[in-house]
Amino acid sequence: MIHRIPPGTRDIMPDEMRELRRLHLAMIDVFESRGYGEVATPSIEYDDVLARGDGRAASSSYRFFDERGDLLALRSDMTVPIARLVASRYSGAEMPLRLCYLANAFRAVRPQRGQMREFAQAGIELIGASAPEGTVEIIEVLEAALDAAGLNRAVIGLGDADLYRQLLEELGIEGEARDAVLARLATHDLVGLEAELSEIEGIGAEQVETCVALSQLRGGREVLDRALEMGGDAVQRAGARLDETYEELDARGVADRVQIDLGLLRDLGYYSGAILEVYDPALGHILGGGGRYDRLLRRFGVDLPAAGFALYLERVHVAQIEEEERKS
Amino acid sequence: MSVGFAGTGRAKAEGPLKLAVPRGALFEETLDLLDAAGIETAAVRGESRALIFDEGEIVLVTMRPSDVPTYVEAGAADIGITGKDVLLEQSDRMVYELLDLGYGRCRMVLAGRAGDERLGESARRLGMMRIATKYPRIAERHFESTGRQVEVIEVKGSVELAPLIGLADGIVDLVASGRTLEENMLEVREEILECTARFVANRVAHKLRGEEVDGLAARLREASIG
Repeated sequence: MIHRIPPGTRDIMPDEMRELRRLHLAMIDVFESRGYGEVATPSIEYDDVLARGDGRAASSSYRFFDERGDLLALRSDMTVPIARLVASRYSGAEMPLRLCYLANAFRAVRPQRGQMREFAQAGIELIGASAPEGTVEIIEVLEAALDAAGLNRAVIGLGDADLYRQLLEELGIEGEARDAVLARLATHDLVGLEAELSEIEGIGAEQVETCVALSQLRGGREVLDRALEMGGDAVQRAGARLDETYEELDARGVADRVQIDLGLLRDLGYYSGAILEVYDPALGHILGGGGRYDRLLRRFGVDLPAAGFALYLERVHVAQIEEEERKS
Repeated sequence: MSVGFAGTGRAKAEGPLKLAVPRGALFEETLDLLDAAGIETAAVRGESRALIFDEGEIVLVTMRPSDVPTYVEAGAADIGITGKDVLLEQSDRMVYELLDLGYGRCRMVLAGRAGDERLGESARRLGMMRIATKYPRIAERHFESTGRQVEVIEVKGSVELAPLIGLADGIVDLVASGRTLEENMLEVREEILECTARFVANRVAHKLRGEEVDGLAARLREASIG
């Protein structure tokens, strides 16, 4: 007899589990060998605590009441619970603090899209190390993790979360117009972006073109030069941050797989400064992401810079199988 | 059923770029544009029933316009061309919209029976209009954003039929010349938006094959202007 399970959830059978387990171990090995201690946090937390981390209502898709009537929520990622953990348990501890995890998180799914409601993430959080050193360190660990998974062709996109916030401020775009422009940038709707910008009073054709062109710049170190030519304070500042990070990556010999991307915009609200996305040519979807969130821990009462990344383990597994087939 | 598990898709961003080409109303103009951009289309124009045409630098994959976002989102096709109406109806598909190609211009409209006040009457006396459409999400969004309550009825075939025999008070549909409406004694009551063909790209292909995607976008832009 067949009994249903909710869409977006699944059973894992022994053959797959065996492979996933190997992947889990490989990830944790990489993290532990670099000084990141593994932690676990509860899958359910108080909704108001999680909501602190992500200002937007999108913090959790699943909320329910416990027996006392308190509102609980299923975590939608591990970064916010770890921020909570650090504030509660490591206040006053020696920094930087290196933590890693392998955990399931929960997000809403759109029907009939094969999206997962419950999915596994492996990642690290580096607390108390600022840019660029902290950023460079997490990128190094990320590269090691990708190598350990056999994804030698994977590419890491490196962008700046503050670029457009500052650029729009500089252009005097605020309120609803600003949100509309950011939404177009986040979905990479260039036609809509051009239309939105053109409608704003005081924004000339040249500025529209600059904004659109900027979001298309991706590649090696040379894209920074091209960005700087476009001018503006915000571009200068973001360019300088990226340049500093990239130079340091280069110095440590790990810049090859990093692609500077001025069109990168993560949809999570807490990022600031460097942001990352991970791609593999074998897969049409992103494998994971991360970046800096220097203002997140402040919301939990400890003012520390932080950075981290998370890989979607099931997607890494699919890419791993593709890469194996390609090599054989 | 699909292989692997979900949310991943297993497409490969290797070999020549795969371009999703829409069959149907946009087909001819799309091929003309590709010709102008220097991409070989003779084989696609031929009598062949094949769906995939390898043109060396690029592989043309022909499909229904409404399937283009699905293939491109999953990375099964790296890039594609489809109508804005399709993109809006499937706005939750994560594809990058890179270019307005300008052709295939048509309007999404609300239409009712000519000289008949049923639309207004239903709204006044029942507080609700029944709207038949092939674009339920666009229709819902339009009425929601204008603060009106409607019952959206999704139909697959000739939507003009619905108000004629009493399934709905009006329709939301795509209109090019307006002849179909006229022949069925329907008239445009409201314009919702204007649609043209768009060039879209898969997220990962846009990142990992930037030069090729940008290069093709530039050629298409040039060709669509010229």
